[in-house]
Amino acid sequence: MSELLALDGLTKRFGGLTAVNAVSFSLERGEVVGLLGPNGSGKTTVLNMISGFLPPTGGRIALNGEAISGLRPNRIARKGVARTFQLVRALPSLTVAENVVTALAFGRRTLWGKAAHEAAHAHLAAVGLAGRADQPAGALTYIDQKRMELARALAAEPELLLLDEWLAGLNPTELRIGIDLILSLKERGITVLLVEHVMDAIRALCGRAIVMNAGRKIADGPTAETLRDPEVVRAYLGDGHA
Amino acid sequence: MTARTLLGLLVAGLVLAALAALPLFAGPYAVTLMIGMTGYVVLATAWGLFSGPTRYVSLATVAFFGIGAYTVGVFSETLPYPLVLLVAALIGLAVALVVGLSTLRLAGVYFVIFTFGLAELIRQLVTWYEVNVTGTLGRYIFLPVTPEGIYWQLLALAAATFLFSWGIGRTRWGLALKVIGDDEVVASHCGIDITRLKLALFAVSAVIITLVGAIQAPRWTYIEPSIAFNPTISFLTLIMALLGGADRLWGPLLGAIPLFLLFEWLSANFPNHYPIILGLVFIAIVFLLPKGVLAAVESRLRKGGAR
Repeated sequence: MSELLALDGLTKRFGGLTAVNAVSFSLERGEVVGLLGPNGSGKTTVLNMISGFLPPTGGRIALNGEAISGLRPNRIARKGVARTFQLVRALPSLTVAENVVTALAFGRRTLWGKAAHEAAHAHLAAVGLAGRADQPAGALTYIDQKRMELARALAAEPELLLLDEWLAGLNPTELRIGIDLILSLKERGITVLLVEHVMDAIRALCGRAIVMNAGRKIADGPTAETLRDPEVVRAYLGDGHA
Repeated sequence: MTARTLLGLLVAGLVLAALAALPLFAGPYAVTLMIGMTGYVVLATAWGLFSGPTRYVSLATVAFFGIGAYTVGVFSETLPYPLVLLVAALIGLAVALVVGLSTLRLAGVYFVIFTFGLAELIRQLVTWYEVNVTGTLGRYIFLPVTPEGIYWQLLALAAATFLFSWGIGRTRWGLALKVIGDDEVVASHCGIDITRLKLALFAVSAVIITLVGAIQAPRWTYIEPSIAFNPTISFLTLIMALLGGADRLWGPLLGAIPLFLLFEWLSANFPNHYPIILGLVFIAIVFLLPKGVLAAVESRLRKGGAR
């Protein structure tokens, strides 16, 4: 296995608030890693810096050994990073297929026309949205919008996929489907970094977990061990439980 | 290319030919009217080309329009006419690139105010230059261009503008523009270089607007900054595009034709109250049809169909 992503001393300050404080970790190619922590611990900010949505205040992000920190999102996307958003972002005035075609047309292979539509249908079928291609994206239910967002992210053919609470808000049946979907990505060799609160999903999906609290990394290791780490328990439940 | 697009192009070509033949049958007043109307159709369509998908409200229309007119005023006696148009287009392009690079990061009302200020700034600069350097405020334009010639040039520019607008809608850049209109964050995360796309569109739109000013300039014979850089031109263009619907190919056209005729009639019959009525029309349009006529008709149809 080789290193795909490396964060080194990554820092983000908003005025006087340090949202992410000197966080370092790396991801091996093909890993599925959970990024955990209480609300406000800086997880989404880390994802936002990796995808280029926010420029880091300090530190370095490297993809395949090449620095990507501070690049704009479109440049980072073309280098092989795709993501979903914490609050799902469909393109409501486009059709479901057009949503996916967008990622194909401006992704690394720049597909357009008939080839793009065929590829879009294949990506939609893979997330369980076959036959919905021509519906307006704004008319989909929440779970279907999430599926579509995942299809859009996968259409970019990413090496690294960032999922920001993609499983949040699903009912138990949907959750089972969602977990299976992510497991299928693992089989395809896509490296996944997911921010998630659903513990069952983390145990089922992630071989390794990284835990943040108040902007700092407090634990990093195999999921089961990490979740038993006294400092992690203290961060979630307070001193009395550690 | 499908049979339907071929048919559409054929119909468009026939309409264009009929419009071009109009001066052969109609009198001079009709030609004057058609010049003004075609001019505003191009202005509003070019405005919608950039502002429709990006939702940036630009009041810089007259800045580019005036640049076009003034370029003709300055060079009409020293350069051959086609070269004058080319120079005007290049100046418009250069200004658009500088302005675009420095302002497209501004959002919402800041962009509106900047573009309005830009038009005023250019007008004051031209005035200052004419008063202090050349020593006269106005310029005469004596070009052997007939009204029919001006009309045909505007018609050709209109055709080129529509062809460009329609053509871009068929490429992946057309999809990118729809995505930007929906959500810029998703657009950039899908690999779309939104800054460059907006800049390119702003530049194309500005060059077309500059050419309208340049082509129409010989009509005036005499120009001065208050004529060439009259802010009413920006406001009229804006309200025409909004009335029709700026995010649709034919929207600005559908807004420009009735409003131009209305304003023409008002200024002929109520010259003293014209500005007041103009203001009332602006307010009425914004209140009654905030998304434009086409969008209103479409949602009416959709409701009717659902019933």
